[in-house]
Amino acid sequence: MADNHKDPKNRRDFLFVATGAVAAVGAAATVWPLINQLNPDASTLALASIEFGLDGIEEGQSVTIMWRGLPVFVRYRTADEIAEAKAVPLSELKDPATDESRTKEGHEQWLVMLANCTHLGCIPIGEAGEFDGWSCPCHGSQFDTAGRIRKGPAPTNLIIPPYEFVSDTLIKIG
Amino acid sequence: MSEHSTYTPGTGIEKWLDERLPIIRFSKEHLMDFPTPKNLNYWWTFGAILVMCLAVQIVTGIILAMHYTPNVALAFDSVEHIRRNVNGGRIIQATHAVGASMFFAAVYIHIFRGMYFGSYKAPREILWILGVLIFLLMMATAFMGYVLPWGQMSGWAAQVITNIFSFIPIIGTPLLELLRGGFTVDNPTLNRFFSLHYLLPFVIAAVVALHIWALHVPGNNNPTGVDVKDSRDTLPFHPYYTMKDAFGMVLFMIPFAWFIFFAPDILGHPDNYVQYNSQVTPAHIVPEWYFLPFYAILRAIDFNLLFINSGLLGVIFFGGSILILFLLPWLDTSKVRSGNFRPMFKWFYWLFVINFIGLTYLGAQPAEGIYVILSKICTAYYFLHFIVILPVLGRIETPKPLPTSISESVLGKAHA
Repeated sequence: MADNHKDPKNRRDFLFVATGAVAAVGAAATVWPLINQLNPDASTLALASIEFGLDGIEEGQSVTIMWRGLPVFVRYRTADEIAEAKAVPLSELKDPATDESRTKEGHEQWLVMLANCTHLGCIPIGEAGEFDGWSCPCHGSQFDTAGRIRKGPAPTNLIIPPYEFVSDTLIKIG
Repeated sequence: MSEHSTYTPGTGIEKWLDERLPIIRFSKEHLMDFPTPKNLNYWWTFGAILVMCLAVQIVTGIILAMHYTPNVALAFDSVEHIRRNVNGGRIIQATHAVGASMFFAAVYIHIFRGMYFGSYKAPREILWILGVLIFLLMMATAFMGYVLPWGQMSGWAAQVITNIFSFIPIIGTPLLELLRGGFTVDNPTLNRFFSLHYLLPFVIAAVVALHIWALHVPGNNNPTGVDVKDSRDTLPFHPYYTMKDAFGMVLFMIPFAWFIFFAPDILGHPDNYVQYNSQVTPAHIVPEWYFLPFYAILRAIDFNLLFINSGLLGVIFFGGSILILFLLPWLDTSKVRSGNFRPMFKWFYWLFVINFIGLTYLGAQPAEGIYVILSKICTAYYFLHFIVILPVLGRIETPKPLPTSISESVLGKAHA
């Protein structure tokens, strides 16, 4: 055994494994661009942030706007709806979140959410379902007036995108 | 199985070819002389019908690709262009669309035939596994093809099905963006679906070749499930089964033609004749009929289990409902292949069929009220059949006596 390192077979084994390893790394490096081309391209990524004016939206009205190709619900909630959302005990929620955490302080009448259902991405219908919020026609998920999941297969509440109030009537999404 | 070959090259050219590419010998062995059990019934004809279906889809698909445009602004109109302007386009497009339905109808019959007669049991496990693989590839291909016309159902089918991947922990969202090529289903998605929809049928054809190879090593199963003992049990494939299959194909083409010529759109959904709108989901999303049972299973899971949320759990059940078929050869513990000789299995087999049809019905209903509860029951039974009923049945059931040979079962004991 002691003399094995002098055995040319051992040296050959090393070269064999080293060559194989280099080839494997090379193959992986070659394949990666072929996979990476599937990722969102520059033109898709360019649509990062938008501004949207809220004036003109009436109380109780919803509008749908587009951000990064995704529809976003902007809803001017009525006082009743806000009260209804606040009245729900957290223990009743599948994905517990307070109404406050779903809106911005001082602007709690505005609910801004990605429109896609968190189950499989359909667009829920507004002011529908048992909880006066949204009801997804595809698989029966129902959301309350704060966009929280209350019933059906969706695992989480409707997603709040990153956004901020630039002024009282202007929001910036993204 | 070269031992069945009786081929001796006749002419000089055949001799020359036989030493270089023995394709005539191969054809003679596998398409003509191949010894086939003489008692195959018409359920076995669906294998040949499926080969025909694949050929029809490939030929019509290649032609449609000559006229179709894979761009979100033009795709919908290009399909209408095919249907209205291209010479014979209406028939070719209808054949392709109806053909997908006929293909799935035939594959379901083929699979259920295999399940009844125990065609998945030793020594045919690999044959069965390749079959399930073909089924999966067919589902992927049909789904991506369905997206191409870029109608309301198409686009939303793409949304919903690709979203399934978002439930995979940690890598879900990046993976979803990789698959879609964007934050949502859009032009990059349509482009790659077109490319893959064109590619996958050729992959299917390759796996079909392996499937037939795996069939020709042990040879066909048969309605008795008894192994072939000697040459009295078999007939050469040609002309006995080539002609029988040809007759079956003609019968199969009658409803096929009826759909194409009289009701080309009846199997589709009217919403797919509205161009895709990413901001409005149709009031009621339903997949094509052949996906309904699995869709019902996906929808039935609306509860969390331990640390797994309903989304991931739905995907696990949805995927599991197909992947469990891979394990079928080992889940069924009975030594007897054919359901004909298994008195208890027969009942549970038909219950499974009814349950499967029930899931198909439920998949088409809105997800509310009684339908949700029934979907859960049927989903539970679907899995129970594989995980509990089949393993237990094999142990407690007393099968009826098997015939000693295929010949005996055909001719009766007195003549054997």
